[in-house]
Amino acid sequence: MLLQPEVGLLFWMLLSFGIVFFILAKFGFPVITKMVDNRNEYIEKSLDAAKEANKQLANIKEESEAMIASARSEQVKILNDAENTRTRLVNEAREQARTEGQKELDEIRRQIQLEKEEAIKDIRRQVAELSVGVAEKVLRDNLRTDKEQMAMIDRLVDEAMVSKS
Amino acid sequence: MNSQFKYILLLLCAIFVANTTLMASGGSTEEGGELNVKELILDHLGDSYDWHLWGEVSVPLPVIVKGENSGWQVFMSSNFHHGTVEYNGFYIAQEGSYRGKIVEKNAAGEEVRPWDFSLTKNAMALILSSIVLITIILSVARWYKKHNTPDNPQVAKGFVGFMEMFIMSVNDDIVKPCVGKNYKKFAPYLLTAFFFIFTNNIMGLIPIFPFGANVTGNIAVTMVLAVFTFFTVNVFGSREYWREILWPDVPTWLKFPIPLMPVIEIVGIFTKPFALMIRLFANILAGHSIVLGLVCLVFVTVSLGTAINSSMSVMSVLLTVFINMVEILVAYIQAYVFTMLSAVFIGLAQVEPHHAKH
Repeated sequence: MLLQPEVGLLFWMLLSFGIVFFILAKFGFPVITKMVDNRNEYIEKSLDAAKEANKQLANIKEESEAMIASARSEQVKILNDAENTRTRLVNEAREQARTEGQKELDEIRRQIQLEKEEAIKDIRRQVAELSVGVAEKVLRDNLRTDKEQMAMIDRLVDEAMVSKS
Repeated sequence: MNSQFKYILLLLCAIFVANTTLMASGGSTEEGGELNVKELILDHLGDSYDWHLWGEVSVPLPVIVKGENSGWQVFMSSNFHHGTVEYNGFYIAQEGSYRGKIVEKNAAGEEVRPWDFSLTKNAMALILSSIVLITIILSVARWYKKHNTPDNPQVAKGFVGFMEMFIMSVNDDIVKPCVGKNYKKFAPYLLTAFFFIFTNNIMGLIPIFPFGANVTGNIAVTMVLAVFTFFTVNVFGSREYWREILWPDVPTWLKFPIPLMPVIEIVGIFTKPFALMIRLFANILAGHSIVLGLVCLVFVTVSLGTAINSSMSVMSVLLTVFINMVEILVAYIQAYVFTMLSAVFIGLAQVEPHHAKH
């Protein structure tokens, strides 16, 4: 009795299983499995992307470190340059100042020299004039008489004679 | 942890309700006389035209019959008044080979079966489980459609997550390795078969009203499933598969002039789904019979005195609980085995010609 399939139940089973199969095979399981596959793919992709990003991050870090190092060396170089430039400029300025000063000094010295010579000349002239005057006065006083004049001449001649002999 | 206990408690309650239901029905069939355990069990395993609840109460189901001379007729099974009354020339046979089925008398006065497409208990249970299965799977699929856009997929939680795990475990552990490389074409059928069998098995184990029918333990149901597998295997079989059946690589005298091997192979085509049919049917039938038999211990031992009866009742309940637990496992295993063997048969029918002819 139990081993004999009933036509009615066969029919209902065929109908219900057929409908269930049709609906689930069309709208049920493929949707779910496809979505899960999609998600797995997405996860895989995300993992790859994360790995890539990590790698890039490491690269960036390396790059930035390299950049910092180069910047630092650049900085040192620039500082050195600045230092050099400064000393050079200072030296140049000093040099210039010195030459300038020297030039001025020379000029001043020359001026002084000139003025000194001028002054000496002046003094000499004045001394000459003074002595001529004095001599004039002295002579004027001493050679008032003929006798005196003769005496003078004699003495001068004697002197000249003495000096010649 | 807590919710697991809750489910176990719920299951136990369900089993006790089953016991009391059976007790009531047993009492009613007994009518004071000797209890016919064999008939009781067979009646519960078989189909019926109304859905028995308790005592004299049952849910009437529609009867659709076409008699030899009365044409198509649709009426409710309550018209039979539990098989005691004849209605429009039809009545439920009380003995003979058609016991429990609707019969009519033909012109010669012999008892014959009309064309019977009644929505019996099993048919109703089938429809109900189909609706439940479609609802569950489509709601899960809808969740995915709603929440799983290609650029922002989400992980399901709760029931949807559980169903996803379940579906993907069947897909990845049964279908994929057993069918082989073009498993995607057959996955919908195999998944449907698995969940259809599993739903019906589990619903058959719940003993309260809209459940508890012995659906997958009915040979008509397993026959349709096996026929589906048969057609899937043979319709999509590769050319190499048919060559191996009709002209296998054996010594020529084995296939000509007497086609010994081809005949064996052709018989094999039919024995495979036949084994599937019988395996599922027998396992579920056996499970239901064991549970029913153990419950019947309570009533069988009534005549042996109070002490034996009460101790046997305790034993019976404990054993029933145990067997029910085993049956939950069997419900899964049988669905698993049916799907796996179907997948293996489909995979075997997908053979490629192997170029191993050295």
